[in-house]
Order: sequence, then structure tokens, then C-alpha cells
Amino acid sequence: MNKIQIMDEVERFLLNDMSREEAAAFEHLRNNNPEVDQLVVEHGLFLSRLDNFGKNKDFRSSLHDVHNHLTDTGVIKEAAPKAVIVQFWKKHRRVMAVAASIAGITTMSIAGMVTYYSRKVNTEQLQQLSKKFENTERNVNALRAQVESNKDKKDKAPTDTPIKSGGTGFLIDGKGYLATNAHVVEGSSTIVVQNNKGQDFRARLIQVDEPNDIAILLIEDEDYKTLSSLPYGLKKSGAELGEQLFTLGFPREEIVYNEGYMSAKTGFKGDTLTCQIGVPANPGNSGGPVFNKNGEVIGIINTRQVQAEGVVFAVNARNIFNTVEEIVQDSSNPSIKLPLVSTLKNLDRVQQIRKIEDCIYMVKSY
Amino acid sequence: MKSDPQESGLLKGLAENDRQAVEMIYSRHFGMIQSLVINNNGSSDDARDIFQEAMIVLYEKSKNEEFELTCQLKTYLYSVCKRLWLKKLSQYHRLIPDLNGVDEMVPVEDDIEAHDQKNAEYLLMERALSGLGEPCKSLLEAFYLQKKNMAEIASGFGYTNPDNAKNQKYKCLIRLRKLFFTEYKISPFDE
Repeated sequence: MNKIQIMDEVERFLLNDMSREEAAAFEHLRNNNPEVDQLVVEHGLFLSRLDNFGKNKDFRSSLHDVHNHLTDTGVIKEAAPKAVIVQFWKKHRRVMAVAASIAGITTMSIAGMVTYYSRKVNTEQLQQLSKKFENTERNVNALRAQVESNKDKKDKAPTDTPIKSGGTGFLIDGKGYLATNAHVVEGSSTIVVQNNKGQDFRARLIQVDEPNDIAILLIEDEDYKTLSSLPYGLKKSGAELGEQLFTLGFPREEIVYNEGYMSAKTGFKGDTLTCQIGVPANPGNSGGPVFNKNGEVIGIINTRQVQAEGVVFAVNARNIFNTVEEIVQDSSNPSIKLPLVSTLKNLDRVQQIRKIEDCIYMVKSY
Repeated sequence: MKSDPQESGLLKGLAENDRQAVEMIYSRHFGMIQSLVINNNGSSDDARDIFQEAMIVLYEKSKNEEFELTCQLKTYLYSVCKRLWLKKLSQYHRLIPDLNGVDEMVPVEDDIEAHDQKNAEYLLMERALSGLGEPCKSLLEAFYLQKKNMAEIASGFGYTNPDNAKNQKYKCLIRLRKLFFTEYKISPFDE
């Protein structure tokens, strides 16, 4: 008998699937063969295990079915999970409420204080700033008033017309002759010049040289004190490339010093009447003198190239001579004697400027 | 305390996996167990698992013909569930709440231990069956679990006649026994 046949017999015996004769024969075999007997016992257990396993499985699945069915029909309800937090909350509700309100109040008050104080500081700063501004304005006004009360009671600038343009001018004769750019005074009805101390003087246009962009003004004001000599001279020959240069002008209310070098002997697009300098210049610098290191005027700043950085052009100083020559000698005007010699040689820059700055004027044309 | 006749009837039905009896017990007692579990750091899924496990404990017990419930069904289920839930909580290392209240409890430790043993056995059987592979697994399941006769199986699995299917079934059975008993540490006869 092979294994399969034995298994078949054992199983049929266990499942009572044997005829009476077969069963008797098997019982006989079992009694004589202990191995078969063991197999019968063992397989009986195994089959019951298998059976229980199957029933257990069925029962589990029917439990699932029942659960789903009862949930669907609403006989049982799946309650929402009750987390620990909930219990914790219930237990410590009051303490937590108190803690939360304290935290809330603290947060609110801190936030409030922070915003309150920070805003205060801000407004103060703003006020301080504006005050400062007001102060400066007041100071300036006071200074002006002082200057004017000292010198002259009446305002020299026309009150009803706004300034059309502004620039810089410089004395070319101690008697009150100024040189500036023609475009600075172009189309003006009134010209007022202001010195470095903020003092205003009325001036008159004497000569305009449009092609060279040079204008000659004459200060006609009682308050103007004639200078016997000027510290600087005009240089006809111009400057060498790379020569140190400096300028003084009024791009703002205050006199401003700048320095640089001679960049090119010709001006915009090869214009030989002008030269290019490497000095920073801003609107308001127009008409300002360009000095070399000896304090000689070598030119008058007039334009800068818009597209290029740091490209500034100046009218050569020798053109001033030409312009001055063309002034029709009028008996009413004092004769001009242009300065040719500089007394600033070998002085350091600060001393040079101290001497020069009184001869530089802000030109305001109305 | 003797169990009332209605509950005895329910248990008889339960032993036979009678749908009505199962539903009745389920709908009567699930709510109680759910609140027990949920009030003690559990979810409704936990409650379902625990209750169904307790139902299986009860089922296995009810299959024993000598079994007679000495207390109310409710008390028994509650005791089993409480024990099971405490066990599960300690497995999860969750916060274990104080469950030793004044609840009426019956000793169920032995039942649970027997149940665990049976579960382990079932797990072995399950593993042995899936270790067989197809078509053995389906063939044996069809015969021993679904109780189909050989003729049905032969046509369902495409055997030419029931005897072929029968031979194949025995081959599978021998393999299953081998797999099961290797795990079970009992040397089977056919080794």
C-alpha cells in the first residue's frame, strides 16, 4: 500500500465513509499495525484542526458581515474615538482655561506694549527729523534775515517770479565782472548772484557769446565791495593731459569742491573750443571755473555727456578773452582788466580754496 | 448564577455560526464594549477588534458541548474584552488606565489562554496552507473547508475524473501535513 492509499483508507475510516466490511478490515489492519493506528489518531486530530480552522475563519467573516450589517442598519453606531486629550481636557478644563486666559492677556499686553512703544519711537524720530529740517530752514532763514538786516532791508530777488535756472559764476575783475555760461542766463529778466555767505547782489548781463557759451555779468549793487585784485589768473594756453584740476561750484545751496584731471584737449565731437575733464559735475556746476593745481582758471564747465559716465566738458579759458574783447566799451561800465597772474602757486589746496571761494558766486536767473 | 434559557439558546446558535444568534449577541453587547474601549484610550476600530475577538472566544467555548455559561453573557463578554484590551494596551505601550473598577468580573484568563493557543494553531494552519501554493491550497480548501464533494471539485478544477482529483488531493494533503507538523514540532507519520 502506498501513502496515498493509506491516507485514503484512514480518511474514509475517520469520515465514516467505509462499508461495514471495509471498516472491519481496516480495524484489523489498525490493530496489527501500530503505525497505522498512530496515523489514524494523528490524522483525526489534524482533520479536526483543519475543520476548526475553517469554522473559525467562517465565523470571523460572519462577524465582519454582522458588524457591517449592523452598522449599516444603524443598530450599532461607531463612536468617535475619545482621545486622551479629551479626558485630559475634561479633567483640567478650569486650570487650562485660567492658564489660557493668562497667556492670552500677557500676549495681548506685550503685543500692545510693543506696538505702542515702537510706534511712539517712530513718530518721535519722524518728528525729530522734521524738526531738524524745520530748524535748518529756520536757521537759514534767520541767517538770511541777519545778513539782509545787516546789509540791506529789501529783498533783491524778485518775489513773484520763480528761479528759471541756476548756475555758477566767478569774478574776472575785482570791479564786479563775472564770467558764467550763456545758457545759465539765457532768457532771463533779472539776474541775482549770491556769494558763499548767502548774500545776494543784483547783476546785469553785459555780453553774451552764444557760440562759446560764455556770458559776462556785472554786479551792480551798492553792497558789493570792489576787490582790488583776484587771487587767480586766467590761463590762455589751457592744460596738459593728465594735469590735476579742481572745480568750485554751486550744484546745491552750498559751495561744492571737486577734483579730477584733464581728460582730453578737445570737447564733444572734437570741438577745439572746449576740452574734456574728468571731474564730477552736476546741474548747477555750469559756469563754474576749472582750476589747475596753481590756481589758474583753465576753463568754464558747461556740459556733460548724458550717455557717458563722468564725461564733462569745459569751455577753454582763452575764449573768455575773446568774449571780453567784444564788449563794446561803454563809459558807463568800468573797464575790464582780466587777471593773468595767480597768487595761489605753491599753496596747499585748503588755502587756495579759502582764497578763491569768495570770488565764486551762485547765479540765479529769474 | 445560572444562565437564563434565552441566552443558552443564543449560545447554541452561536456554536453553529447561526447568523441570527450572532447578530443578536452583537447588537446587544457591542455598544457596551465600544464605550469601554473608547473610554480607555481606544478607537472604534479597536473596539470592533476586541469585541470580535471576545466573540470568537465565546464561539470556541460554546462549541464545547459541556459548556454552560455560569454567568450572564454580558458579564462574560465584558470580562473577556477588558482582559483583552488591557493586554493590547500593554502591547502598544499605551497609557494603561485604571480598569480595576467595581465592575462585575468573572475569571476568564484560562479561556483567553486557550483562545491564544488556538489562534496560534490557526496561524500555523494558515501559513501551511499558503505555503502549499496553488492549486493545492484551493483544492484542499474546497474539500475540507467548503465541504465540496469530489465530483464537484473535479469539474471545478478541470480534472478528468473524481479519482484524479482525489489522488491530487491526497498528494496535497500529505504536503500540508508535512508543512504543518514541521512548524508544530510533531513529527508526522509520513516522514
